[in-house]
Amino acid sequence: MTRAELVIVGAGPAGLSAAIEAAKNGVKVLLIDENAKPGGQLFKQIHKFFGSKAHRAGVRGYVIGQQLLQETEELGIEVWLNSEVCGIEDSGHLLWVIRDGKESVQVRAEKLILSTGASENAVTFPGWNLPGVMGAGAAQTMINVHRVLPGKHIVMVGSGNVGVIVSYQLLQAGASVEAIVEAAPKIGGYGVHTAKVCRAGVPFYVGHTVKKAYGTDRVEAVDLIALDEKFRQIPGTEIHLACDTVCLATGLTPLTELAWLAGCKFDFIGALGGNIPMHNEKMQTSVPNVYIAGDIAGTEEASTAMEEGRLAGVNVACALGHCTAEHAKTRSDEIWENLNALRCGYFGQRRRDAKDLILKKGADLGI
Amino acid sequence: MGRIEKHPILGDLPERREVTIYLDGKPYPAQEGDMIAAALIANGVSTLRFTKNEHKPRSIFCGIGRCTDCVMIVDGKPNVRTCVTPVRDGMQIRTQEGTGSWEGGGAK
Repeated sequence: MTRAELVIVGAGPAGLSAAIEAAKNGVKVLLIDENAKPGGQLFKQIHKFFGSKAHRAGVRGYVIGQQLLQETEELGIEVWLNSEVCGIEDSGHLLWVIRDGKESVQVRAEKLILSTGASENAVTFPGWNLPGVMGAGAAQTMINVHRVLPGKHIVMVGSGNVGVIVSYQLLQAGASVEAIVEAAPKIGGYGVHTAKVCRAGVPFYVGHTVKKAYGTDRVEAVDLIALDEKFRQIPGTEIHLACDTVCLATGLTPLTELAWLAGCKFDFIGALGGNIPMHNEKMQTSVPNVYIAGDIAGTEEASTAMEEGRLAGVNVACALGHCTAEHAKTRSDEIWENLNALRCGYFGQRRRDAKDLILKKGADLGI
Repeated sequence: MGRIEKHPILGDLPERREVTIYLDGKPYPAQEGDMIAAALIANGVSTLRFTKNEHKPRSIFCGIGRCTDCVMIVDGKPNVRTCVTPVRDGMQIRTQEGTGSWEGGGAK
């Protein structure tokens, strides 16, 4: 049996930020991640981040990742890699962990922060499971982390930020993006990234979807098709495009298995990716010693995930008696100001409204 | 489909020790630190496994160890997630059929 004041599951941007914030306040943290390396999906994000200077805007994602890892090391935070949390008992106090695929370990935690992230959604069409059809994030991992090009002629499905950013990064990696396909009547991504792919000459097909993918050993071509205002396919509008890769950038779903296991109360919040554990302004769930941060609390961006991590970190530190309620309040107010700044404007307001709804539902549940 | 040797943001591909991996007995070059799936895709391999009922080819889908579309038989062990398993010099990899089987008989 291992004992820890605070266990954090998931060493991505939210988990690392939570660990750093808690450790700075004197909490003894154990950070657990199933991957061989910490950093979550930060190391494939080679674009500059948005927000104000306080959010490290203008700094590339992987550089932020390196900074977080350095801080984690300097603070002496214990990190278990290749370690999977397979079970949670005793209202989130007892964890069953498998280390290196060999050793079964029990960990008793006073407080638990779940920062497990999200996984990519798929859209289905005939041929969607051919080799060469993959998540846009998978292609991004291949090019920016593994430095391997998964294909040369890409069709991107989805024009949100992931779709346009990964399209641009595929161009940077030397691929040709044949089309960005968007079912909605307009492009969903930030202007700066959309403009970059437009300038590179990538054609956008708004109000279209993929009807079918062709190929035997791998995808060789797709048929696009126009959609009417009710997203029904319009026969006769097919466009045949040769390609060797189809990337799906069609949203993310929070990875909530551990929160279900812990017994957290959920509600469906479509704007933030699906079923989400309800929480309060301290990131505390309906199970009092279990907190959440990042995409598990609603899929957004790495910048908001880091702020939520800090929020959970300082409030856990306070709950454990490491800092005063005044300090936690002052720090939380600062962080909330940053979060509100990230959740405003044309793209952010919808997420702000959804978060407000979560907090309201959380309050209704007595959290 | 090949390595990205030069990159406008990430710079030149760092030098790494070359190793040899074997897919269904055939040698392929890989680099130390590569994930198996990345090394195979770099060599132009498109099929990592075939599905159980319809014998359809599959390759990576999520690329980060969640979806299990990329599982192969690695050093005799079936259902290894090749997108998150690093290569080893001399590694024996087999295209997996269906749910695969333990090579050499029995569970280990």
